[in-house]
Amino acid sequence: MATVDPVKTDALSDPYDIPLDQIDLSDPRLYAQNRWGEYFRRVREEDPVHFLADSPFGPFWSITKFEDIVAVDTNHEAFSSEPFVIIGDAGDDVPMENFLCMDPPRHDHQRAAVQPVVAPRNLAEMEGLIRERIGVILDELPLNEPFDWVSRVSKELTAQMLATIFDYPFEKRHNLPYWSDVVIAAPEISGGTIEREERMAAVEDMVREFSALWHEKKQQRESGAPPSFDLISLLQSSEETADMINLPSEFIGNLALLIIGGNDTTRNSISGSVVAMNQFPDQFKKLKENPKLLRGMVSEIIRWQTPLPHMRRIATRDIEIGGKQIKAGDKVVMWYISGNRDDSVIDNPDEVIIDRPNVRHHVSFGFGVHRCMGNRLGEMQLRVTWEEILKRFENIELLEEPKRVQSNFVHGYESMPVKLTPRAA
Amino acid sequence: MIRVTFIEHDGTEHVVEATPGLSLMHAATSVAVPGIDADCGGGGACGTCHVYVDEAWLPRLAAQSEAEKQMIAMNEETRESSRLACQIPLDEDLNGLVARIPEFQM
Repeated sequence: MATVDPVKTDALSDPYDIPLDQIDLSDPRLYAQNRWGEYFRRVREEDPVHFLADSPFGPFWSITKFEDIVAVDTNHEAFSSEPFVIIGDAGDDVPMENFLCMDPPRHDHQRAAVQPVVAPRNLAEMEGLIRERIGVILDELPLNEPFDWVSRVSKELTAQMLATIFDYPFEKRHNLPYWSDVVIAAPEISGGTIEREERMAAVEDMVREFSALWHEKKQQRESGAPPSFDLISLLQSSEETADMINLPSEFIGNLALLIIGGNDTTRNSISGSVVAMNQFPDQFKKLKENPKLLRGMVSEIIRWQTPLPHMRRIATRDIEIGGKQIKAGDKVVMWYISGNRDDSVIDNPDEVIIDRPNVRHHVSFGFGVHRCMGNRLGEMQLRVTWEEILKRFENIELLEEPKRVQSNFVHGYESMPVKLTPRAA
Repeated sequence: MIRVTFIEHDGTEHVVEATPGLSLMHAATSVAVPGIDADCGGGGACGTCHVYVDEAWLPRLAAQSEAEKQMIAMNEETRESSRLACQIPLDEDLNGLVARIPEFQM
């Protein structure tokens, strides 16, 4: 396992002051300091399939252009998702297997068992509950005075949604985002700041609580309760996964995957939408004048924010991409956050344009067999949140630069002070 | 031109005059037929141009690739007639094709 230096926070150089072959796109400071855009711009221009021989995560290839990313993402035979899809190594202290980190055919059965929980058909049922809850959250916000949007809205709404999908006790809901944040934020996994002890403790709690929930739901089924559509119940009712509790690393891995998948992605889209509407006030004005543009705005925010900057693969054979020879066994990182700013595919990609043509054509959800199964749920939450915001508020003013997460796997916001102006009565 | 008919979930019909050689997906997106998202732009990579091809036309379609089958298999609401519209190039043989649009895309 690579050793990782203590977390660095000193300021980054200008990307043109660094020799091209030393540019390290995995540096988590790129995200904390909001400098990733300039670095990727240089690499897309001068070395789009970029090899770095030495990094805290070992040698790796960076795929920075949209079309190359699609080519890698859809070629699961040449580019394996095993053993892990984050740039760092998972480490063997916390064994967790999940279907995102598996190739077909194993991947297919597990995903198929779990996918119904977020099926678009079921989302229609969840929408009412989500709308009710976002309404309560928004109605309780202070008006005309500063507060932190991340904790009061983005994190809170996401935690409530996760608790719903898991049918996890509402009053303990904050465990879910806490666990998902901590499990992936080790320095050696994604350049984050969580130390081993805290991560181990979180995993132990997660195992204990999810196991208890599994047994509780099993008992409910066995005593004749009607079928339920929460995640664990769905796992129990599918032959492929009914005994998953007996495979502890798969059990905890798949549950962790689902809370991770639905956690900071949704949270940071909700936060990012406020940043975007402040940075591009003409777009906010356009939205208020024509609320029908909201669906487009949702896709555009997800593109512009790109909540997950990358996904990683291992080449299973020698293969050429963009004129470069990748060798079997090489680590290959698809930088979705760069693909989404590739002006050979997207016009004016650094601008938020809520009514741009082909607004759904972005790479934030990935492509191919691993494409985000929660994508419609994420879109729905963002849409409903904004429908309810538009009913209540004239403006959400960002009061200072947000504090950004230091991670190469999470593109998000730690905190964001805002002030609300209510709509005139 | 190749004439194709899309039928939305609610029964609304859209008749499209499509350019030969382009895909069924493209025929839909060129006139913004509702219910076909085509998020990946036609690469068989997202599953969101899923349609149910009318039975009469199924035998005239070329065999599906493994990749297309795999994407379709990921969708819970598939039928024997499920196809990805982006993987169907239109030619004279398909003039008059009818495709139904599912209620949801994945």
